[in-house]
Amino acid sequence: MPPAVEHSSGHAIDALSQFNLVALSPMGGVLTFTQANLLMVIGSALVLALLYFGSRPSAVVPGRLQAAAELSYDLIYKMTSDTIGAEGREFFPFIFTLFFFVLMGNLLGLVPFSFTYTSHIAVTAALAVMVIVLVTIVALARHGLKFFTYFFPAGAPVFLAPLIVPIEIISYLSRPVSLSIRLFANMVAGHVMFAVFATFVVMMGGHSIIGAFAAIGPLAVNVALMGFELLVAALQAYVFAILTCIYLHDAVHLH
Amino acid sequence: MSEDENDAGGSFEDRLRAARVRQGIDVPDQAKAGSAGMAGGSALGLGLRVGVELVSALVVAEAIGWALDHWLHTLPLFLVIFLVLGGAAGLANVWRLVGPARRQA
Repeated sequence: MPPAVEHSSGHAIDALSQFNLVALSPMGGVLTFTQANLLMVIGSALVLALLYFGSRPSAVVPGRLQAAAELSYDLIYKMTSDTIGAEGREFFPFIFTLFFFVLMGNLLGLVPFSFTYTSHIAVTAALAVMVIVLVTIVALARHGLKFFTYFFPAGAPVFLAPLIVPIEIISYLSRPVSLSIRLFANMVAGHVMFAVFATFVVMMGGHSIIGAFAAIGPLAVNVALMGFELLVAALQAYVFAILTCIYLHDAVHLH
Repeated sequence: MSEDENDAGGSFEDRLRAARVRQGIDVPDQAKAGSAGMAGGSALGLGLRVGVELVSALVVAEAIGWALDHWLHTLPLFLVIFLVLGGAAGLANVWRLVGPARRQA
């Protein structure tokens, strides 16, 4: 989605440079520590800190931090056990890590001067591939070669097999693609909108006294957008985690 | 003050269940199987998901078709076949997303 690049009195809407990676410390070759990696480290540290300091008091009546830690634990615990079933508890650590890694990426990206590492398809695709490889390994380990009956629903006429099997295989392989594109597209779209409306504010504000008053409009849009993006950040992390749960359910139960 | 919203009959268990569903703690069975992952999703969200499902199936199918063609030197053949299969797979994905709830264990 290339953003409309407009030229107005020397300004241009530059909505995509915010996604550029900046090398912080070159490690030689292609190994470079960028701001995306830094934000990943910060996000992971924040989750660990929340869980460490949240679980340390272990009070009967939890404080705010402890309540947050317990709520997050309960949310993912219920998600795994409800969606996958009793076997879901085995995957709880994985889902928990996945959910909070994505959530921290989405939320930290909303902090000014920060960076959204989930806005890079390389990151989301790596997560999605990890999920689908795990799901396939779980299915193969649980069901052996019976896993391949997944691609041909029981009861379908055999002469339709040449049609159904490729369709089911494509459908299966499209899961990581849709999983990664959904998260990546939501994040990019949100931040491009931020940049476009923020540029409107600057462009209109710098124009004239009327423009300065009219600039309140896009500014208000950006304020509303921030609330919406907070919702999207949490929702997309939740969707990523629950879709992983659904795929794991399919792997464990083979329908 | 908040208890008397809709306690129109039913045992305590029923009312507790209804309250939990209302608060989003428990998801009703049909909603869970049919549209899991759409929690709090709007029509826009659903539309976005349907679009992503359609496109991603096509992308995967065309990638497979192109790879087969590249390997067998039959360029347009598998690209065309997998265009149709990818469209069908995309529709299958959408059907699983919005269609009637499938049976769940």
